[in-house]
Amino acid sequence: MSSSLSLAVRDSSTMLRRNLLHARRYPSLTLNLLLTPVMLLLLFVYIFGGAMSAGAGRSAYLAYLVPGILLMTIGSTVIGTAVSVSTDMSEGIIARFRTMAIHRGSILVGHVVGSVLQSVMSVVLVGAVAVAIGFRSTDAGVLEWLAAFGLIVLFALALTWIAVGMGLVSPNAEAASNNAMPLILLPLLSSAFVPLHSMPGWFQPIARYQPFTPAIETLRGLLLGTHIGDNGWIAVAWCVGLAVLGYVWSTSVFDRDPK
Amino acid sequence: MNDLAIAAQGLRKSYGDKVVLDGVDLAVPAGTIFSLLGPNGAGKTTAVKILSTLIGADGGEIRVGGHDPATDPQAVRAAIGVTGQFSAVDGLITGEENMLLMADLHHLPRGEGRRVAAELLERFDLVEAAKKPASTYSGGMKRRLDIAMTLVGGPRIIFLDEPTTGLDPRSRHTMWQIIRELVSDGVSVFLTTQYLDEADELADRIAVLHDGRIAAEGSAEELKRLIPGGHIRLRFNDPAAYRAAAAALGEATRHDEALALQIPSDGSQRELRAVLDWLDAAGVEADELTVHTPDLDDVFFALTDTGTDTATGADTATGTDTDTATGTDAATGTDTDKTTETAR
Repeated sequence: MSSSLSLAVRDSSTMLRRNLLHARRYPSLTLNLLLTPVMLLLLFVYIFGGAMSAGAGRSAYLAYLVPGILLMTIGSTVIGTAVSVSTDMSEGIIARFRTMAIHRGSILVGHVVGSVLQSVMSVVLVGAVAVAIGFRSTDAGVLEWLAAFGLIVLFALALTWIAVGMGLVSPNAEAASNNAMPLILLPLLSSAFVPLHSMPGWFQPIARYQPFTPAIETLRGLLLGTHIGDNGWIAVAWCVGLAVLGYVWSTSVFDRDPK
Repeated sequence: MNDLAIAAQGLRKSYGDKVVLDGVDLAVPAGTIFSLLGPNGAGKTTAVKILSTLIGADGGEIRVGGHDPATDPQAVRAAIGVTGQFSAVDGLITGEENMLLMADLHHLPRGEGRRVAAELLERFDLVEAAKKPASTYSGGMKRRLDIAMTLVGGPRIIFLDEPTTGLDPRSRHTMWQIIRELVSDGVSVFLTTQYLDEADELADRIAVLHDGRIAAEGSAEELKRLIPGGHIRLRFNDPAAYRAAAAALGEATRHDEALALQIPSDGSQRELRAVLDWLDAAGVEADELTVHTPDLDDVFFALTDTGTDTATGADTATGTDTDTATGTDAATGTDTDKTTETAR
């Protein structure tokens, strides 16, 4: 058992190195995906900011906006994951891996860990832009920062496993990109840009319980001291649920005989 | 069954209604090159995929390196190396990084991995290109890198699925050289190809796969003797000489419009001399004499069908037209039989 675990760890870290090498050699995909959250951040703060903040002031709206933008960054990054998984699966090298005496799951685990690392780096980069234009965390101590970091990693893990599944069932890169599109559209239907109470009544439950809103509200609470309430548990439940679902889905698709 | 590198009995695989492998038996003694010969879609790649644990079989008894791919795929994987039809290199990273990736996945210690990678890059003439992304390699270089990667773990059984398809003649010969060197190290090679000359050049045993079954199996020589496609072709400028020769060589197939005669032959000196002797005896001289050796088309048409369709096809393949084929009084079906007898 321990030898099979050490095999799994060893092969997964080899696969992770391969994926990080890809990302480092071809950073353009990752950087392009960062453009969307950064542009939305700038657009909403500087162009729509006046209307959105309803007189509360630009810096107050910036503070409101940043937690949602940070989680949207993860949604955007994992679109890249879906694309690279789909591209990778069409390569002969995957068939080679399948005929080697390696830990099978390491191929997907390498993608997942690489994607989570990339997501965290992307969040840091977008966060740096936010700080540069004036965002400040008003309420976070060490514990809150750790919790915020943990939430970001967990959220990235959940979305990544889903994106890996989407990449595996997509026949090509375009399809993968389309299939993963909801992951960047969902934040638009959450409390990222406007508070829930400003939305139509019938829509509020949808917006409130979709995965992004509880996570955004939790992050907002950790960074800015707003009320978290049961959002924390809902967010964790969503993350764990999506991660398990994505894991089971991805591994069962991957274990099928290739065409 | 265990002293064979690869053994399969009654191998079956279907995709939906389409039967791809319909009871295939294979036996590859250790240290030999075995070639599975067949046209596109014959099921060669499916056979390789099953034997290399990539996909499961629907039925049949299989042992690869003494292990059953169905129950112990990891043991099979530890014994084999696979170079698929489509290049299995990571195009985004360099040739050297590809090699080191393989070394890591075979759990070689770092120093040994570097040494093995460097040796193989040297052996396959990839040192100069080692630092360039594999996607920039030519077709021949990619195949060489592909095989070099396959060799990193020192596999005892190597599958090569159409290793030369799409390569230029020089790369093809380089690849043949590489494959020969593999067996000189005692490795067993399972090679698929659609080229008879390739199987002829390399393989100890050849199995012809057709419609999911083994249509024939044997050494290259044994197979060629089964094939009626080998012939001597005589062409004349003078119609009178043509008719005289046709009369003298009763068993020849006549091509009246081309003023050409086609005489079944295994290409041996003895048969060639016999034809020349007949011509001398009849006092005619051909303006052009060519010896045709059997090609893959001939193998297939001869081994896989007896119907008229096939006979017509064979004629087309050897450059004759149907008019002249019907010009012979023998029915096209018996044509094949007659030639086979002669060849024997």
